Amino acid sequence: MSELTVKQRFQIQRQHMPERKPDQRNRDFKEVNLGFTAELAKLEAQRCIGCKDKRCIPGCPVEVDIPSFLEHIANGDLPKAAEVLLKANALPGITGRVCPQEEQCEQVCVRGKKKGLPVAIGHLERFVADWARENLNVKETVGEAPTGYRVAVVGSGPAGLTAAGELARKGHAVTVYEALHAPGGVLMYGIPEFRLPNAVIGAEVDRLRSLGVEIVCNVVIGQTFTIDELMNDEGYDAVFVANGAGLPIFMGIPGENLKGVYSANEFLTRVNLMGAYRDPECDTPVITGRRAAVIGGGNTAMDAVRTAKRIGAERAVLVYRRSRTEMPARAEEIKHAEEEGIEFNLLCSPVRILGTADGWVRALDCIRMELGEPDDSGRRRPVPIEGSEFTIECDLVVEAIGTRANPLLTSTTPDIKLNKWGYIEVDQDGMTSKPGVFAGGDISRGSATVILAMGDGKRAAASIDRYLRLKGKGAAS
Amino acid sequence: MFSILDAKKLASDVKWFKIEAPLVAKHRQPGQFVIIRLDETGERIPLTIANCDKKAGTIELIVKAIGATTMRMCRKGAGDFIRDVMGPLGRPTEILQVKHAVVVGGGVGTAVIYPLAQALREAGVYVSAITGGRTRELVVLEKELARVSDAVYATTDDGSYGFKGTVADKLTELLEDQRRPIGVVYAAGPVPMMRAIAELTREKGIKTIVSLNPIMVDGTGMCGGCRVTVGGQAKFACVDGPEFDGHQVDFEQLADRLTAYRQQEKRALDKFTEHECRLEAQRVAGG
Repeated sequence: MSELTVKQRFQIQRQHMPERKPDQRNRDFKEVNLGFTAELAKLEAQRCIGCKDKRCIPGCPVEVDIPSFLEHIANGDLPKAAEVLLKANALPGITGRVCPQEEQCEQVCVRGKKKGLPVAIGHLERFVADWARENLNVKETVGEAPTGYRVAVVGSGPAGLTAAGELARKGHAVTVYEALHAPGGVLMYGIPEFRLPNAVIGAEVDRLRSLGVEIVCNVVIGQTFTIDELMNDEGYDAVFVANGAGLPIFMGIPGENLKGVYSANEFLTRVNLMGAYRDPECDTPVITGRRAAVIGGGNTAMDAVRTAKRIGAERAVLVYRRSRTEMPARAEEIKHAEEEGIEFNLLCSPVRILGTADGWVRALDCIRMELGEPDDSGRRRPVPIEGSEFTIECDLVVEAIGTRANPLLTSTTPDIKLNKWGYIEVDQDGMTSKPGVFAGGDISRGSATVILAMGDGKRAAASIDRYLRLKGKGAAS
Repeated sequence: MFSILDAKKLASDVKWFKIEAPLVAKHRQPGQFVIIRLDETGERIPLTIANCDKKAGTIELIVKAIGATTMRMCRKGAGDFIRDVMGPLGRPTEILQVKHAVVVGGGVGTAVIYPLAQALREAGVYVSAITGGRTRELVVLEKELARVSDAVYATTDDGSYGFKGTVADKLTELLEDQRRPIGVVYAAGPVPMMRAIAELTREKGIKTIVSLNPIMVDGTGMCGGCRVTVGGQAKFACVDGPEFDGHQVDFEQLADRLTAYRQQEKRALDKFTEHECRLEAQRVAGG
């Protein structure tokens, strides 16, 4: 194939990834995005002009060598593309689906300058990961020789899985402890099937297992074992704590204990992890509303409101106190939600939940807001407009306004230093105040994204590796 | 997979299980519970750990067949498996050093107070235990309680066995006994029963601890489904409880929230019974 010139590359328009029709997909849990075909992928990859700066690489929290993997796709060499991708990213099928690329690699892409559109790096990552899953043997080349060190990873979400994979490749024996009955953490209980199919998570977890990572479910660190017991009795040389954000925050408005009011965590866990949407096959029930109201503006809120629609809500309404610009959700989720008929009530805030005589939700009272001066987060603070109260009739309310630190683990390990919000304090290497104990993901940074958690996992794994090798030297001398 | 090593019927719809779960057994303290899931499509339900043997690596559970999941569990016996057993969960019981403690169990709630009686006794407290049910069949664990308590009173609403009256009636009697003043009351059972006990002791200013049984999913504080109002504040029973000050609990709200899935529960139960009937019919036809 003759090499394309930069000018020719510039002439290729950004390719659109096929997706299912909104009025069909909003009734089931099959994946919304269909993925690139090999032809579309090749065309899209050719849009990369191979610029000198390569700002996309540091733009990626796990520093995938993006130009190299794009070049392999453009050349039609998918095994090589997969090799480059998997070397830096243990979970590409997941990140290709849930990363906010528009704020990371794609934001700094040279093709996105001057009103252009960046290379669709996320879609291409998804394409290569899916191709690898279907076409490559799941067995990865085993990493370095066994070091004899044992590392315990607490939590099997994105941070824990990433760290486990990195550590196993470096020859350490890794055991991941998961509190729930299935590995995956937020990927499993939080992100819905229509955005991230369980089969994708399963395949990526299997690849880690083939590297020798052991995953033990139903073990709650802090309850079943403390960190000290892991290190002293169970003989682990280091521990990586990545047990997630934890407790859901409720608004604290009247009526939150009515039947039909959920935290997003509970609503999504019932549907995703417990399979409540597969009624009657699965035993776990979920309350379905004819009219659902979801409070919040992040990815979790989008997931919840789109889920409510799928399990039967004729009207599914999002209630967010700021404007569209301040919404923390990924652009794609907002777009998909709108296409699926989700109604956005922006600049309004819930005041109270009203109930029927027998304790069920019947409506949500809200007040309209306007944007005032910027607050601590730099976003303009919403201020209530007096006398603007109005009522949304609904029989299901889901609160997706965030989480706070879960003290279950940290309260049993008092020598791990916490910040004022109860999250674990770590240094640049991801080490906590307790020697040999590292932390990352939401338990150290507060609510964030899958890819930032994975970045933490990757960095912590490198630090743990260094720590163990130094420790080994110390023991030998 | 967790192996059922032993099982026996305690009443027509109440069954005792010994399950191999060494990690849970090793760390379990009285008052804690596990969340179990029978199989791949099963729901997660919390069950109090009635007893455990740390050396043997076993825990004991007592299950009353009231819904589809508990009925299916009660069909299981020695040699069968449970897909998931997670724990130990919740805070351990606060063992108060008093002269005289009364533990009160209504129906299968007795399984919750049994380990408390044991722990109190070991701490040197004089323990009176009240176990009651509507009728004789529903009074469980009386013999077991006798082994870990100083005095045991069985009650039945219909007088078919033991003291005629409710557990609250029996507690009223004990409260009037001046010879042995009560330092603390622990209660577990149906919500109206726990509320009645708390109302009785409130007037007398006797500390009362109740073990609550709201609907749970994950058991680690992640979902907030088990939230209860205690002293006007939202608490998560799975991590802040399951035991709370009975004088502070909003029992009315707890009772109401327990009805949230009544329709679905009934449907699941009907489906289960229908399935059982069909199996039975096949057995009869085949045999």
